[in-house]
Amino acid sequence: MRPFLYQRATDPDMAVQALSAAAAANNPLTQATTQPLAGGTTLIDLMKLDVMRPTAIVDINPLAQGWSAISPDGENLRLGALAKMSDVAAHDEIQRNYPVIANSLKLAASAQLRNMATLGGNVMQRTRCSYFRDVSYENCNKRKPGSGCAAMDGVNRMHAVLGISDQCIATYPGDFAQALIALDATVEIMGKSGSRSMPFAELHKVPGHSPDVETALQPGELISAFTVSGRWPRSVYLKARDRQSYEFALSSAAIALDLQDDTIRDARVALGGVATVPWRAREAETLLKGQKFDDGLAQRAADAAFADARGRRHNSFKIALGKRVVARALQQAVAMEI
Amino acid sequence: MPDNSSSTPSGFDRRAFMAGAAGSALVPITARAAAPDPPAPAVQDPSAPVDVTLNVNGKERRLRIDARTTVLDALREHMGLTGSKKGCDHGQCGACTVLIGDRRVVSCLTLALAAEGQEITTIEGLATDDRLHPMQQAFVDNDAFQCGYCTPGQIMSAIACVKEGHAASEADIREYMSGNICRCAAYPNIVAAVKQAAPEILKG
Repeated sequence: MRPFLYQRATDPDMAVQALSAAAAANNPLTQATTQPLAGGTTLIDLMKLDVMRPTAIVDINPLAQGWSAISPDGENLRLGALAKMSDVAAHDEIQRNYPVIANSLKLAASAQLRNMATLGGNVMQRTRCSYFRDVSYENCNKRKPGSGCAAMDGVNRMHAVLGISDQCIATYPGDFAQALIALDATVEIMGKSGSRSMPFAELHKVPGHSPDVETALQPGELISAFTVSGRWPRSVYLKARDRQSYEFALSSAAIALDLQDDTIRDARVALGGVATVPWRAREAETLLKGQKFDDGLAQRAADAAFADARGRRHNSFKIALGKRVVARALQQAVAMEI
Repeated sequence: MPDNSSSTPSGFDRRAFMAGAAGSALVPITARAAAPDPPAPAVQDPSAPVDVTLNVNGKERRLRIDARTTVLDALREHMGLTGSKKGCDHGQCGACTVLIGDRRVVSCLTLALAAEGQEITTIEGLATDDRLHPMQQAFVDNDAFQCGYCTPGQIMSAIACVKEGHAASEADIREYMSGNICRCAAYPNIVAAVKQAAPEILKG
């Protein structure tokens, strides 16, 4: 690991000031020389691997007192960005009214990592692409823009089939983000000139021609909270993976339904493990809305979700697997007793 | 059966030797501290050592360390507490699990500086006098290890698993202990040990 200056944030203003001090040289955020430290489970790992090379770190954990509240307030939910994954997963009201959120967190990582990792850091976690994580590979457009992509014709079993470009096929690895995007969450962002908010769906950027730009977040900005409108008791997170526990998704689905007398009034479908960003499958949702549920409908929705998917040498199986995950998750959501 | 685990016939044991070797790493730092202070640099040097006070097993320890030092390296290399093990050093294996406050964390991904002011409990802080912690005793009783390398992390994790309320069933134990990898695959016996110790730990 390279040497860095360690600073402890005293308040949010001080934190964003410290993070934006060298903002001009800090673009894009993934290359920023000053990085915030929350749980550290991504940052310290990638610094040890020499993938991330900040020269200064701002420890934002002292902001937890104001930024870690879990507030299910009647019809709305607000989650502080420094809330720990384990605390949100174990929260009674989250489990009852937002099972897709609770389970996306519970099925991620390990108990130790969930105790450390924060919600804000979780959505910002970097890809697990082995060519990105191993600096002995020269070709990685995320690490070194313009250097090529070793995964295209490499071992790409874990890579994405949706949202890909000819520059990058690295999978977005998280789980919680799929729940947020399915529920039309909003992200609150604190910066030097105050706060702003945006739909969570606009936070992550598909790789396109610049895979090193991963989010809309600017250097000097911090996620302070997520909000969700309404309650979604009929929601599931289904995750298929190589091991039963403590493993990233090969394919996952976040589903939320508003069901009345077997008719789907509203449907939310998001996919994980198969795309370069948290992926909303709106084509599937359109098919489901207003329809009576049966297994044939589930299958058609699953097909629609993967209509644009493109596999490569080792990952084409994710298309067939992903469809089954979506269909099964829909069946589970319909079968839930609310 | 006589308990001869705390000493060997020769009066020499590996743990004391290892701890002594790690402790000796303190000497150059002491020597450096005794030398005249170097002139203060004009800009902050990220390589300059920093002072940190860690609370480990109820004792305050003042250290002068590189900012990059993790809690795991601080324990092993600067305090001679070699019970917490370095397996992968990337948060994947759980061998370095310690408690910070009442939470289990992987100490290899926790910066020592970020742990200042919090209570750290390691495997060395569990036993009282000559009495093993119930979870340690349960691991012995159930033969819950072979090589033993993952064991300190397993035990720290298991104590937290029980206190979190995640040891009610074997399925729960397996799910919530999945962050601790045992390459000897002593898993059935580890599950048995957690089950045995859980009631005693919850009783307090």
